[in-house]
Amino acid sequence: MSSSLSSAEPRGSRPKRFLSPASIMIYSALLVAAIYYLIPLYVMIMTSLKGMPEIRLGNIFSPPVEVTFQPWATAWNSACTGLYCEGIKVGFFNSMKILVPSVILSIIIASVNGYALSNWRFKGSELFFTALIFGAFIPYQVMLYPLVIITRQLGIFGTLTGVVVIHTIFGMPILTLLFRNYFVSLPPELFKAARVDGAGFWRIFLQIMLPMSLPIFVVAVILQVTGIWNDFLFGVIFAGTKNFPMTVQLNNIVNSTQGVKEYNVNMAATILTGAVPLLVYFFSGKYFVRGIAAGAVKG
Amino acid sequence: MTKLHSVSIKDLSLNFGSISVLKNLNIEVADGEFLVLLGPSGCGKSTLLNCIAGLLDISDGQIFIKGKNVTWEEPKDRGIGMVFQSYALYPQMTVEKNLSFGLRVAGLPAAEIQNRIAHAAEILQIGPLLQRKPAELSGGQRQRVAIGRALVRDVDVFLFDEPLSNLDAKLRSELRVEIKRLHHKLANTMIYVTHDQIEALTLADRIAVMKGGLIQQLDDPLTIYNKPRNLFVASFIGSPAMNFLKGEIAGTNGSRVFRVADLDISLAGYEAQQPLAPGHTVIFGFRPEHIAISDQPGSAGRSCEAVVDLDEPMGADSLVWLKVAGKAISVRVDSGRRYQPGEKVFLIFNPAMASLFDAVTENRL
Amino acid sequence: MAGSRRPFAPLRNLNAKIAAVPMIVTVLVVFVGCTLWTVVYSFTSSRSLPTLDFVGMDQYVRLFRTSRWTVSLKNLAIFGVLSLSFSLVLGFILAALMDQKIRFENTFRTIFLYPHALSFIVTGLVWQWILTPAYGVQKVVRDLGFETFTFPILTDGRFTIYAIVIAGLWQGTGLVMALMLAGLRNIDDEIWKAARVDGIPAWKTYLFIIIPMMRPVFITTLVIISATIVKVYDLVVALTNGGPGISSEVPAKYVYDLMFSRGNLGQGLAASTIMLTTVLIILVPWALLEFRPRYRKGEVSK
Repeated sequence: MSSSLSSAEPRGSRPKRFLSPASIMIYSALLVAAIYYLIPLYVMIMTSLKGMPEIRLGNIFSPPVEVTFQPWATAWNSACTGLYCEGIKVGFFNSMKILVPSVILSIIIASVNGYALSNWRFKGSELFFTALIFGAFIPYQVMLYPLVIITRQLGIFGTLTGVVVIHTIFGMPILTLLFRNYFVSLPPELFKAARVDGAGFWRIFLQIMLPMSLPIFVVAVILQVTGIWNDFLFGVIFAGTKNFPMTVQLNNIVNSTQGVKEYNVNMAATILTGAVPLLVYFFSGKYFVRGIAAGAVKG
Repeated sequence: MTKLHSVSIKDLSLNFGSISVLKNLNIEVADGEFLVLLGPSGCGKSTLLNCIAGLLDISDGQIFIKGKNVTWEEPKDRGIGMVFQSYALYPQMTVEKNLSFGLRVAGLPAAEIQNRIAHAAEILQIGPLLQRKPAELSGGQRQRVAIGRALVRDVDVFLFDEPLSNLDAKLRSELRVEIKRLHHKLANTMIYVTHDQIEALTLADRIAVMKGGLIQQLDDPLTIYNKPRNLFVASFIGSPAMNFLKGEIAGTNGSRVFRVADLDISLAGYEAQQPLAPGHTVIFGFRPEHIAISDQPGSAGRSCEAVVDLDEPMGADSLVWLKVAGKAISVRVDSGRRYQPGEKVFLIFNPAMASLFDAVTENRL
Repeated sequence: MAGSRRPFAPLRNLNAKIAAVPMIVTVLVVFVGCTLWTVVYSFTSSRSLPTLDFVGMDQYVRLFRTSRWTVSLKNLAIFGVLSLSFSLVLGFILAALMDQKIRFENTFRTIFLYPHALSFIVTGLVWQWILTPAYGVQKVVRDLGFETFTFPILTDGRFTIYAIVIAGLWQGTGLVMALMLAGLRNIDDEIWKAARVDGIPAWKTYLFIIIPMMRPVFITTLVIISATIVKVYDLVVALTNGGPGISSEVPAKYVYDLMFSRGNLGQGLAASTIMLTTVLIILVPWALLEFRPRYRKGEVSK
């Protein structure tokens, strides 16, 4: 692009080719990656819309010749888990029953705790907070059995209460971190001014901090909804057979060994189980991204 | 000036979408000149510097460096070195590697690289720091290494993008002096962006005052200070700021006066650039140090009575606030005498050092 | 304030202490208490019920003589090394591509990240279906005319752990990409400008300047992924359930099975203590690195 080669003197913006080799490479690499990421979603949806004969004959990537919604109905209403045949809807409602109190309880506790840790530190509070964050890295398997004993002693093993308490405990590190960091980032003058005005612990929290914290509560809700909905381990151990969450039911339906495998029903059930967190993800956008930066600790 | 033009900018425009950031700029920078781009934030001064460096693609116009059209050249091929506000030193590399990295990538022989580093280290006195990493340096040392990185490139034009604004006040004034000394030693062209008028006034051969993507005035520092071309330049330069009174031209042909309320100030001695028409609404500007306070009235038409409002001692001198024609004005006086609020004094104007602006176009008359 | 009495020390700031009670209980009872309980009982002969009959290292000796456990450990090692290296490399490359001022950035980010919103159970089941020999990839390739093509990734025990790696990468790489992209966006724009003025090509800038600058991001990401890798459980349950045979067993599943299905508590506790040790080996050096006192920094740029 030396000036001596071109007849016209260089002027204005650098000449740009519509598609430079570099941008072709960038976009094709991103496209290939995007296709890899989308294939499972595509295969799930296509399979769930086919009848079993078509599945046996065709290939998993081809779109259905004859679209049927029967697998979805079967999955929801009458798929068998190995014990009974009432469909995945049982799991859906169980998950809801676990989800709602767990999300509310864990967020209340963690937000108040994060607030105390940021504005009302006391001797030892930082030590406990550090221990809490380190606790997030301990494999759950290490604490499972003693927790079974404790919950059994308390009479909440195998109940909704039990699994809600467990979710609240294990959600605490990441949520507390989230709230603490958020409250620390608020201007400290605000807190000082409120104290000079005579407001106390709860009044400052409810009237000053809460109204300013809507975004972080949204992030926390998203984090907890996806995290608790996707849980398998705590549900299978602490919820009790009749409260099995959707993930456990789904696994029982798909991996139950008896009978002929109905792949279309399995995929419909799988989509239904993934639908709640996926919808949350698609509609929350940047809040989800913000949550995972913090939520990454939870994994 | 008959010197060779080192950098010339012709009809340069830059648009981001529909927003026009730089509007048809023309600047000629002489060889060895120190040009400062000065203006409030958002005026386009850093953007202009990035265009000269080739870091931003311009929308229209041309840029020549040493007579060569570099409009489409990559930054590395333009013969420029650049010093950034955050220094932008490569944090994981030692000072020596920071200086040599670009040269090694360019494939220069090792001996030549060694020579240049030694030369830069000597000029900037960073020899003992060569094996350290940027995190182990003080702000001033980092600044010198950043200059060194431009220096080893052996280029004709240095570009500085607010290089001192991250430093504290004391260090800033020290390094300002060092940069000026460096310019005398190297005698190469420097283009320097700042929002600090003291830096601009002390360093520059010429200052380009910018606002809204346009150059408001391009002149040597004294002209900028004493004969601002419009109201913006007048009010932007100078601390404490220039005083302004709005009134109109009156008087006869031989002795024009500036009239505000019942006060007439003679304009004898003011070098008007165009005839001053009576009845013309104007803004009369005068700097706090171009007016005196006296216990006796001065000659007619050059003096008026005023009441002291406030006295602000600032050490070397004091700033006295008074009310004239209902407007607050400030006067810089020797700190020897204190004034009491309510005290009656006389002000002595000096029309030769004043500025008159058209109230509508805001241009100097 | 002379004259005014200070409240009794433990009662000062009482509300904050009350607010922190759940945290204190969680830390003391669950994180410290339960962990210690597990470690202590791993040295006992507990079978279906915990007893305090100490037998020294017996459980550990037996554990490492069990092929199912050694296979689990080997699988975890393969899964860990492959997942870590691929997700870091691919995640960084994706992030670097996303950082080229591309169009549709939000669309691409949504696509790369959506698997992270899904349950491991869902991920496991989808990949089980895609990799099923009778209907999945193997059949599709055979249908294309390569009739002898075999892809026994779910049926041949030598390969099943790689199926888990594939599914895990699908779910986890987007997260690494997001973390790396945030790291890249945190890099001072002027570093890029300086490198351009110096004439350093983009790939060299990444390799010699940007990646070294992102070391803390890499280390944090590494620790986070490692901690999740050690816990891998649901994915295996859904995708292979450890099979065929014991070929794709992992430690977390071993612990669960011995504790809750086989009633061999001592073995489960010993195995989970080994898991804890593994995490500590990763965590402690990182914590020391991260929280060591920083040396003087001078003025922080911008």
